[in-house]
Amino acid sequence: MGDGTSIGRVRGLGSAHEGAHHWWHQRLTAGSNLLLVLWLMVSLLLLPNYSYETIATWMASPWVAVPLILFVVSVFYHFRMGLQVVIEDYQHDESRIVLIVLLNFFTIAASALAIFSILKIAFTAGAA
Amino acid sequence: MANVSKPARPLSPHLSIWKWGPSMAVSIIHRATGSGLATVGTILFVWWLVAAAGGPGTYADFTGMFTLESGALNIVGWVLGIGLTFCVFQHMMSGLRHLFLDMGANFELKSNKTTAYLTFILSVVLTLGFWLLMLEKWNG
Ligand code: HEM
Repeated sequence: MGDGTSIGRVRGLGSAHEGAHHWWHQRLTAGSNLLLVLWLMVSLLLLPNYSYETIATWMASPWVAVPLILFVVSVFYHFRMGLQVVIEDYQHDESRIVLIVLLNFFTIAASALAIFSILKIAFTAGAA
Repeated sequence: MANVSKPARPLSPHLSIWKWGPSMAVSIIHRATGSGLATVGTILFVWWLVAAAGGPGTYADFTGMFTLESGALNIVGWVLGIGLTFCVFQHMMSGLRHLFLDMGANFELKSNKTTAYLTFILSVVLTLGFWLLMLEKWNG
């Protein structure tokens, strides 16, 4: 296919050569999501109840805190790539850039909050 | 190439022209459930973690949004609980089917259709099963 016309290159049109990588990472995280989502659903069902004490003690174990952090990384990376495709399919003007920037802000803020909270529970609830 | 200016050729059929079938439904519902989980699901999940990190008080404020005085689920709890669980299982089942299609398998008309129906049946069954087990714990 070559690199397109010179004006096309200047305008940044044409393939950024990222597609295959994006597609493959969406599939890789589909696999890790499958394991981590099943783990979380089953673990929740195995808890005796859903009181604060039960949840905090449960999350204080490394065998829960670590998979939970992996869950956040895998699922959030997966949906960030997924929603990017949804935005690209329906938005064709400048709003596409704005939405993708907002999507990045949302994903990074949400994952930082989630991971900080898990670590805080893991490092304090166990000691209490 | 000669008559590009006046193409008397059929246009590519768009959504309004196709006859609806199960595989189309699975495809769009995969997108809808993924997008719903990524937005509503993510906000609730992060809120739950932040509430738990805040201690018993903020955790009780969080669970209070979805439960009655008695501790049983309120209408918001039911709708979000069942809705998001169904989205998880439906997206999981259609995602699994997607992975087989991506490998070039399951394009035979009959099995393609059967597995499309199967994603819905399995996700309804899994959602019901999950909540039956969950409520057993809930009600003590
Ligand atoms: C349970 C295990 C999961 C599996 C097996 C899975 C599988 C997949 C696959 C194969 C795709 C690509 C579809 C395509 O290219 O058309 C996809 C897309 C997507 N997934 Fe997942 N996924 C899972 C969990 C999740 C979760 C938990 C979320 C959200 C929090 C999510 C959000 C999305 C989104 C937003 C898309 C983009 C949809 C689209 O482009 O139409 N997925 N998923």
